[in-house]
Amino acid sequence: MTVILDVNGLAKTYTGHGRSVEAVRDLTFQIRKGELVCIVGPSGAGKTTLLRCISGLLDTSGGRISLDGTAVTGPPAGMAVVFQEYGRSLFPWLTVRQNIELPLKEKGLGRSERAAKIDAALEAVGLRDSADAHPWQLSGGMQQRVAIARAVAYEPSVLLMDEPFAAVDAQTRADLEDLVRRLWHQLGVTVLFVTHDIDESVYLGQRVLVLSNRPTVILEDVPVDLPDERDQLGTRSSAAFTEIRTHVYELVQKAKQGHRPGGR
Amino acid sequence: MSVLAIPVDRWRRPALGLLGVVLAAAVVEALPRLGLVDERFLPPFSRMVTGLTEQLALAEFWTALGQTLGGWALGLAIAMIAGVLAGVVIGSVPLLRAITSSTIEFLRPIPSVALIPLVVLIYGSRLPSALILIVYAAFWQVLVQVLYGVADVDPVVRDTARSYRFSRWGVIRSVVWPTTLPYVVTGFRLAAAVALILEITAELIIGVPGLGRSIGVAQSSGAVTETYALVLFVGIIGVAVNGFARAVEKRTLRWHTSVRRDLA
Repeated sequence: MTVILDVNGLAKTYTGHGRSVEAVRDLTFQIRKGELVCIVGPSGAGKTTLLRCISGLLDTSGGRISLDGTAVTGPPAGMAVVFQEYGRSLFPWLTVRQNIELPLKEKGLGRSERAAKIDAALEAVGLRDSADAHPWQLSGGMQQRVAIARAVAYEPSVLLMDEPFAAVDAQTRADLEDLVRRLWHQLGVTVLFVTHDIDESVYLGQRVLVLSNRPTVILEDVPVDLPDERDQLGTRSSAAFTEIRTHVYELVQKAKQGHRPGGR
Repeated sequence: MSVLAIPVDRWRRPALGLLGVVLAAAVVEALPRLGLVDERFLPPFSRMVTGLTEQLALAEFWTALGQTLGGWALGLAIAMIAGVLAGVVIGSVPLLRAITSSTIEFLRPIPSVALIPLVVLIYGSRLPSALILIVYAAFWQVLVQVLYGVADVDPVVRDTARSYRFSRWGVIRSVVWPTTLPYVVTGFRLAAAVALILEITAELIIGVPGLGRSIGVAQSSGAVTETYALVLFVGIIGVAVNGFARAVEKRTLRWHTSVRRDLA
């Protein structure tokens, strides 16, 4: 499989007000086309910094990021981001349909093409009936579905998700996790999913990248050898799941205590 | 019980407001009638109303009203367009904002009436005199509101627009403008009131044709009742202008938190 996202020696140091904070020291990893990879780490591990660098929203201090072989210097064309703050990421003055349509308009697609993509995206996230509602008339889980539909309709080659379900209740969260797995299967999109929830990372991913504490490096690249068909009850209670989950949990605990690979 | 409570609640505020007007009218009626105030200087309210109905039958009154409203609307329109354009441009460019902020803070508190000697020298008692006073006073109201509005764009919304690669014009049209709109409407409401005050002032002091000049003429010819009748009518225009601005606000800001009804 071809590498679609290549992060090589990424470093980020924030400077300002006469002091500098090294957030990310040296991150190197690859994501292959069609993969679903989760990034997990202790809070303050620079997860959001990493994601903002990859999405081109934040300048890096060192290293190289390339998407489909092209260096990322600003927000790249083939990428869509689903933010944690769905309530603020959606445009409140637009309806659900218009929210999904706006990026497609900016992309320069024609009316009929837009309509077809919007309908497909709404169908995929199960929001056909809410197309003409405003986002604030919907529940939190439904709002995040709208944000996902907007990202999916954009047809990115890589979909970045920044702790997208951190602010919804447990049941909605389980539904949304299954939705992400289903969309990933259906659309063949590459997904990079950032979370602080260890169970979620193991349940969703094919691989879990565990981050160290600040300044961030990769602690371990954990493969998730679970069957492709996953369900909330069976998968989560299986012995294999527990084993991987325990391993990732221990890694995150180590990261919190300041353990770093090879003394870096 | 609750079925009855809704209409009571709904009519309570307007009913109390009306009661206040009636009370004020009753006081103005009673003061001269009881001899507490000389009625040569304050005629009873009923006589003001009679005076006003007599005015309504005169062609000159309607001409003067047309001149007043025309000057008001034209000045307000110029101030709105200039304020919005300048606000969006200055607000979108941080450097421009930094350069202009002290100048704006210096010019803004200068009362427009201080410019009267200047405009009289240049334009005499013609319409441009009134327009300059109106535009100068109303422009700052709009500009400052628009500057606040442009600064109020949510960083998550901005990131969303950037990650979907909105063009510069796309960001202004689809993100900055809708965010600023509530502030523009507030600016409009403030500017509309200020513009009316300055239009009447210009007519009264400089003699620009309109209701203000009619008031001045009535006053200097000792027609006390007519003077009060005209003042009363100017007050009614003020109320109507505010009501109009509020209606505009309700229509354009259906999605805004101050107007909408959320699900939650």
